[in-house]
Amino acid sequence: MAALAEPVAGRSKGARPSRRGRPSWLPPLFLMIPGAIWLGVFFVVPLVFLVSQSIQSGSVADGYKVTWHFANYTYAFQHFWHQFVRSLVYALLATIFSLLIGYPLAYAIALKAGRFKSILLVIVIAPFFTSFLLRTLAWQTILAGDGLVVRFFRSTHLIAVTNWLHLTNGDQLLSSPLAVVSGLTYNFLPFMVLPLFASLERLDPRLLEASGDLYARPIVAFRHVTLPLSLPGIVAGTLLTFIPAAGDFINAQLLGNTNTTMIGSVINSQFLTVLDYSGAAALSVALMATIVVLVALYVRKAGTEELV
Amino acid sequence: MSASVATGRQTAQRRAPIRRRRRSPWAFVRDNIVWVAATLALIYLLLPNVIVVLFSFNKPNGRFNYTWQRFSLDAWKNPCGAPGMCKALGLSLKIGISATIVATILGTLLAFALGRYRFRGRSAVNLLIFLPMATPEVVMGSSLLTLFASRHVGLGFKTILVAHILFCLSYVVVTVKARIAGLDPRLEQAASDLYANEFQTFTRITLPLVAPGIAAGALLAFSLSFDDYIVTNFNASPSSTTFPMFVWGSAQRGTPVQINVIGTAMFVLAVTAVAIGQFVGRRRTR
Repeated sequence: MAALAEPVAGRSKGARPSRRGRPSWLPPLFLMIPGAIWLGVFFVVPLVFLVSQSIQSGSVADGYKVTWHFANYTYAFQHFWHQFVRSLVYALLATIFSLLIGYPLAYAIALKAGRFKSILLVIVIAPFFTSFLLRTLAWQTILAGDGLVVRFFRSTHLIAVTNWLHLTNGDQLLSSPLAVVSGLTYNFLPFMVLPLFASLERLDPRLLEASGDLYARPIVAFRHVTLPLSLPGIVAGTLLTFIPAAGDFINAQLLGNTNTTMIGSVINSQFLTVLDYSGAAALSVALMATIVVLVALYVRKAGTEELV
Repeated sequence: MSASVATGRQTAQRRAPIRRRRRSPWAFVRDNIVWVAATLALIYLLLPNVIVVLFSFNKPNGRFNYTWQRFSLDAWKNPCGAPGMCKALGLSLKIGISATIVATILGTLLAFALGRYRFRGRSAVNLLIFLPMATPEVVMGSSLLTLFASRHVGLGFKTILVAHILFCLSYVVVTVKARIAGLDPRLEQAASDLYANEFQTFTRITLPLVAPGIAAGALLAFSLSFDDYIVTNFNASPSSTTFPMFVWGSAQRGTPVQINVIGTAMFVLAVTAVAIGQFVGRRRTR
């Protein structure tokens, strides 16, 4: 994952010229066939089926037919507009918080940790090795009832502030938007830290020394040297945080209440409980399309195309 | 007078700059702001893991293991005590291992194709590999479900496996490709200068150098597969319950302490594996 910020292997250009007159496209073709077929059959084809499902009418019992029934989309949006917007807002908030929390961490590991670098990296990845669900359930324990976090929020009157911002309701933290956003931030933080680390680690420390020699204060050097050079990492990290966060519903379900339902939860229940395949497919396609458009705009704005 | 004391101290400092100043805790925070923020972030990252481990030693009063009651080793002595959990764990391990093997092989081949060759359509293949990572899990899961439902494929072990290989594949490709890109091409050139043929160069030089990347990709694939709930939930039948599905169900019905035992054990195993990997890697480079 850290490799997302890695540049395309430009170094290997012409590393292996074709020998003995063998056509140069043959070996990569053989290497790619199994993987590419897998991705084609189980990723591209299902997406086509999903789009087709979203314009069909019928029911699970009687079967579906393509009737170009675009009303599925208007129906889905009329009913689930709030959850849709809420998902994007929560994902955006989680991305911003992840960046604010993750940047100093990645910076410290990449540029200040010295020989503790690999140990700190393992610590960042370590949470992955305990189940995502178990860790989210642990947040229930941390935020619940009369725990330390709640007492801290009450004693500092922070809870009044969050209440005023409609981030919490009453004097509890669990089952609130604040809990959902902090859960999302937590769960996708490593996805932010690793690409940031990858781009900060490649930073040439001599550039910072040079800016110091030119009498730039550390903060100025950061703004004009470190930050621009870590931009590819920021772009990769924000994408890797925003996209899964927008579709996630585990946090909203386990840490939120009925007013924090996110679109993933709606798609899940429309598919598996309500069995409205067409409506759910329409929501799925809409979510995918929204994310693709937002990502394309963002990547163009940020001006980095070497993401993969 | 206090001013003169202050200037006196300043001159003393100027004379002996090596002697450490007495600093207030606030000044310490200001000077090490990056480390303070990083430490807070690490605490935020690790706190839930600590809770998971801690609560595996709890003896809860009710059905839910949410509040600390008293220390007990009951769950550790009887890890399969929660009905259905070990079956779910077994299924998860089976799927995780199979998905890791297939995804690692397919992904490594793809990574070599992309990392070593220039060909037309290369950027299209890159996009095909990037897109699954940029697809929300609900979309991936639901699209696979529509495919399986319209082709009347029965849901179960096979459909879960197909889905897991799919979302692990891209991560393996990206991890291995980065390792290939970071190789020094001079090493392989040296091998062929010393009359090694292509096959010998590959098995003696290239593969050992890329191996850590493949291992990292495999580890990542396994942890992604073992951990997945959303995609799995779309492609599983009631009889094929994986460990995350079991945990999700127990979050509604009552959480047995045993799930924390499994979480802790997996954590310890994985961290040990990583530590051993680091140790071996360091010894080999020595």
